[in-house]
Amino acid sequence: MERLPILKIGPMLLVSIQVDLRDDMVIALQEDLADRIVDTGARGVVIDITALDIVDSFTGRMLATIAALSRVLDAETVVVGMRPAVAITLVELGLSLDGIKTALDVERGMRLLSSAGGVGR
Amino acid sequence: MTSEPFGDLIERCRAVEDDLVRRWRADVAASLRGRVSEIELDKELREILDAVLSAVSAAEGADTRSAAYGEARALLVDLSRARALQGFSPRETAVSVFALKKAVRESVGAGEEFLAFSDVIDELALFTFETYAKAREEVISNQAEQLLELATPVVKLWQGVVALPLVGTLDSARAQVVMEKLLQTLVDTGSEYAIIDITGVPAVDTQVAQHLLKTIVAARLMGAECIISGIRPQIAQTIVALGIEFGDIATKATLADALMLALGRIGVDVAAEMSKRGL
Amino acid sequence: MTAQELPITGDADVVRVRQAVRAAAVEAKLSLVDQTKLVTAASELARNTLTYGGGGGALVEQLDNGLRKGVRAVFHDKGPGIADVAQALTDGFTSGSGMGLGLGGARRLVDEFVIETAPGDGTTVTVVKWAR
Repeated sequence: MERLPILKIGPMLLVSIQVDLRDDMVIALQEDLADRIVDTGARGVVIDITALDIVDSFTGRMLATIAALSRVLDAETVVVGMRPAVAITLVELGLSLDGIKTALDVERGMRLLSSAGGVGR
Repeated sequence: MTSEPFGDLIERCRAVEDDLVRRWRADVAASLRGRVSEIELDKELREILDAVLSAVSAAEGADTRSAAYGEARALLVDLSRARALQGFSPRETAVSVFALKKAVRESVGAGEEFLAFSDVIDELALFTFETYAKAREEVISNQAEQLLELATPVVKLWQGVVALPLVGTLDSARAQVVMEKLLQTLVDTGSEYAIIDITGVPAVDTQVAQHLLKTIVAARLMGAECIISGIRPQIAQTIVALGIEFGDIATKATLADALMLALGRIGVDVAAEMSKRGL
Repeated sequence: MTAQELPITGDADVVRVRQAVRAAAVEAKLSLVDQTKLVTAASELARNTLTYGGGGGALVEQLDNGLRKGVRAVFHDKGPGIADVAQALTDGFTSGSGMGLGLGGARRLVDEFVIETAPGDGTTVTVVKWAR
């Protein structure tokens, strides 16, 4: 199975999703990320969904789970680059992803992580 | 099958084609009252006549839906679209086709074959009418869209701050357009703050309030914050009476206050900025 | 009008159904937001077909009622069916691992939503989205 690559940038991990997400890839990402956070001691995770043309309830739930999981492992997650049409659809779907940090793009996401929570200490 | 219902009508028409076009053009020009130039009209009608005569003389000449009529139909589509866009009435447009009947009767005569030919023209005129109606609908829906666009300007107030001053009644359709446009502007300008100013909105109902809320939640999902300014007392009462939770959404009395809040959150030092710009 | 029947037997099929629905929605000139809503609904329903229906298929076709164009997607399975449809459409209800937004959420994203099901009889969900 194809796995989503996780990049380490300083004290942060970056996942940039560039393919049509299959459910099994989503589940694998959850596991891989938890492993990588522990292995690298990363303090922040940036998930870039700029290229995703839809986020359904399954993917939405995955994002929420990753955020909760990383918090337990002492890392903050920020989801960046959600498209307007995707955001409107998620709201209509009834998913507000409470508790997930968001930013307009990767750069802002990284800045958000380094200003809050003391990433990069 | 041959084109026998039309006998030698086509040949006779071809023989007097110039006369036919002249008569036809005169009638059409009268109904259009000079809003299309004679030369343009002459060319238009000549092409149509030629295409129609060729189609009628084809094997399945009585069936206006057959392939033989492809060109004639295409020309009529052009004609009715052009008329619709230029604002001609349905009658003026239909006359352009119907007048061909009179021209043929007058210059070739109304024999047995003329009835079959007349049927063909009736069909083509109906087709023209239908196309005209569709084109009109498109014109109207385009205009409605343009009006919506005009009515919802999103302006950049500062690097990272955009404002959406709403004026007039917000219905559900407009609220939706506004929402999409605002969110797209956030992406395009890389703005993290959006101020929705509703000073100019006389009233909000549940649906519109819901749309506003959805916009704000959607903006948050994208990584931007909305501030609502200019909520009038009546609207505040409606919002409370409707039981709509604005929760932790920032609201300010005026657009100026909202801008100050946004600038403060971004960390802009207004005094320093002013001296930098020599103000 | 083109109609396309796609099998739903694995995760990769859900992706293919999404792509087919997207293509039909683009063809029918749905706005970007409406495309996104329809594809998201299709994703929810295709997953339901796979997870709860034990697999099945989707029929994706374009519509044209003379005034507007649209897209219809029919999701069908021969699974256990749904005993209480009203309950299944309630937000937060789930018999599986989802967030329970699948059915009810999908209904909010489309213009027409019809569900035919009975215990032991499989489930067929038909959704339609029209271009505005």
